[in-house]
Amino acid sequence: MNLLAEAWAWLTDPASWTDGGIPERIAQHLAVTFVVVVIAAVIALPAGIAVGHRRRGGGWVVATSGAARAIPTLGVLTLFALWLGIGLVAPVLALVLLAIPPLIAGAYAGVAAIDHSIPEAARAIGMSEAQIVGRVEVPLAARTIVGGLRSATLQVIATATLAAYISDTGLGRYIIGGLKSRDYAEMIGGSVLVVALALILDAAFALALRLRIFRTTTSARHHERTAL
Amino acid sequence: MNWLQQNIALVAELTVIHLAITIAAVFLSLLLAVPIGRLAYRWKWVGGPTVAVLAVLYAVPSLPLLIIVPAVTGTPLRSPLNLVMVLTIYGVAVLVRSVVDGFVAVPVSPRTAATAVGYSGWARFWVVELPLAAPIIIAGLRVVLVSTISLVTIGSIIGIRSLGTFFTDGFQRGIVAEVATGVVVTVTLALLLDQLCAVAARRALPWTVPTERRRRSVPQ
Amino acid sequence: MIRFEGASKVYRDGTVAVGGVSFEVPAHTTTALLGPSGAGKTTLLRMVNRMIEPSSGSVLIDDVNVASVDPVQLRRSIGYVLQAGGLMPHRTVLDNVASVPRLRGESAASSRNRAEEMLALVGLEPRLGNRYPDELSGGQQQRVGVARALAGDPNVLLMDEPFGAVDPIVRRELQDELKRLQAELGKTILLVTHDVDEALALGDEIVILRTGGSIAQRATPTELLLHPADDFVASFIGAGNPARSLSLREEHGARLVFDASGRVIGTVDR
Repeated sequence: MNLLAEAWAWLTDPASWTDGGIPERIAQHLAVTFVVVVIAAVIALPAGIAVGHRRRGGGWVVATSGAARAIPTLGVLTLFALWLGIGLVAPVLALVLLAIPPLIAGAYAGVAAIDHSIPEAARAIGMSEAQIVGRVEVPLAARTIVGGLRSATLQVIATATLAAYISDTGLGRYIIGGLKSRDYAEMIGGSVLVVALALILDAAFALALRLRIFRTTTSARHHERTAL
Repeated sequence: MNWLQQNIALVAELTVIHLAITIAAVFLSLLLAVPIGRLAYRWKWVGGPTVAVLAVLYAVPSLPLLIIVPAVTGTPLRSPLNLVMVLTIYGVAVLVRSVVDGFVAVPVSPRTAATAVGYSGWARFWVVELPLAAPIIIAGLRVVLVSTISLVTIGSIIGIRSLGTFFTDGFQRGIVAEVATGVVVTVTLALLLDQLCAVAARRALPWTVPTERRRRSVPQ
Repeated sequence: MIRFEGASKVYRDGTVAVGGVSFEVPAHTTTALLGPSGAGKTTLLRMVNRMIEPSSGSVLIDDVNVASVDPVQLRRSIGYVLQAGGLMPHRTVLDNVASVPRLRGESAASSRNRAEEMLALVGLEPRLGNRYPDELSGGQQQRVGVARALAGDPNVLLMDEPFGAVDPIVRRELQDELKRLQAELGKTILLVTHDVDEALALGDEIVILRTGGSIAQRATPTELLLHPADDFVASFIGAGNPARSLSLREEHGARLVFDASGRVIGTVDR
């Protein structure tokens, strides 16, 4: 319990919050997370939606993203760091690659779950393929896709913490640095910060999902599992 | 491959340790998740908050959790027990979901039929509900197996020995082959265990195998 | 007017869904495609709006080969009604009905007006316009489906088992509505059904298809009942079926109608 008290002292110490301290680290962590999720989404979401729309190759998507779960994050991070050297390129690249499988799987699942008769009907009344994707499939899959973004974001926050092992960025440095210098206060304090960040972002997503635009109607809901 | 040849014994040793931690965590997860899931399913007013709390726990990143848990429980930071506890938390979070979904998916008719035939509550659970819920639970178990094997490696950052040690050691000494070996062995282990689980499930639950496959493998 | 010329559909594994079918749906009339499952009725229907491309032969609308028209434009000029509506669940009823005018580029206001007219035409209350499809009953959803198909003022209406998903009482109501609409609007309708009664009720002409997609007979309902071309048609249309072989007897001072097994099923008023 002593340790927790020390960590609390470190967290509430104004000195920790001066320039170069906690605020900067939080900003770094958020920035890395944001950049990684955006890049991964730009690659993965259109791909997943396309596979779901064509209804071909879904088996591959599911199998690959399942297998990707087996790939150890730390392994990929250290491997990339050894190949690409010091700097941000290695961790960002590694994190982007790790974030792609769950995003593709989520986008694919969201679109594929739509009752086939709905896009078929849209096609029959004269919507072009692009209009079917944009006006019918994406709106109906939106909830699942955003759910995928939510878990990807959480994953990236976690892996960005690990990235501190190979580069000096983000809140993970408090943990890695604290381990080296046996500064338990810093270590635990840093951990608390990461957890808080993760939970706040998760709550933000949960709130966003309550917005009207993500309230799908019953017929599409049949195929959904309720996300918390 | 030179590195691999020189360190085969170490690879074997760390694989065994890695497996031990994994199996301990997954076994504990299953042991805890089935009763918790069953309760969550039976009593919705308990179930709702339970699943919510577990979802929050699942959102917590792993490395920080590995630091906070020993601070709270007093376990030594570097003990494998710490890692097993954290892995079990994640495992339970995923499995309780699967257990609840599994029981929800059991169709009403076998349940009602069992009661009508005369099965008591307990017997009905073991003979009807659990086997019928099993496929979904096992699907969740496979996910937990694979992700646990991957997560064990994180422990190497705080000094808990496993296949992840190849990552930290390899990085610090700049040996790509070491890191690569660690990745390959971890992934292979995960896929192997996943397949083993799938095969075992088909054996234990023969009705889940599609009919054509079943007829082919059963000697006439 | 719709014309099939030697239209056939053969799939890669060799299944013949439709084998060289030729017939015409005269303008402003209703033709019912009738047959057992696997007879290729839906396949033929979907060749008209190019949801399925024929393996050989052609389909023409008003002497224009549909293959020469851009599929998306083609579909916007044809009304299509499917079983269970096929309505967009995330759009209101009014938005659903306004789909085709909107796709054609009409303004939101004029599409909306048109949609409201259509709802009235199919006998739905205006207040249903702001509801979502899953808030409506099956029968109401089907009416919306018909309204949507008519909103673009197409000449041709394709209907694929449009009343199959509702219960028999609602089905009769909807069939009567369709007859009324057709009397008023005079569209060229090609209707797929496996319900003999529905075909007899709605079809000016009926095309009976065999499994494997070839025409067994094409005739008016009366012709089919009186002169079935072969045993298949006879048994399908039920001419020899006890339910259709009716007899008239005077009893209790009224004229009663009996089916072949001796059960009374109706009276004759006039």
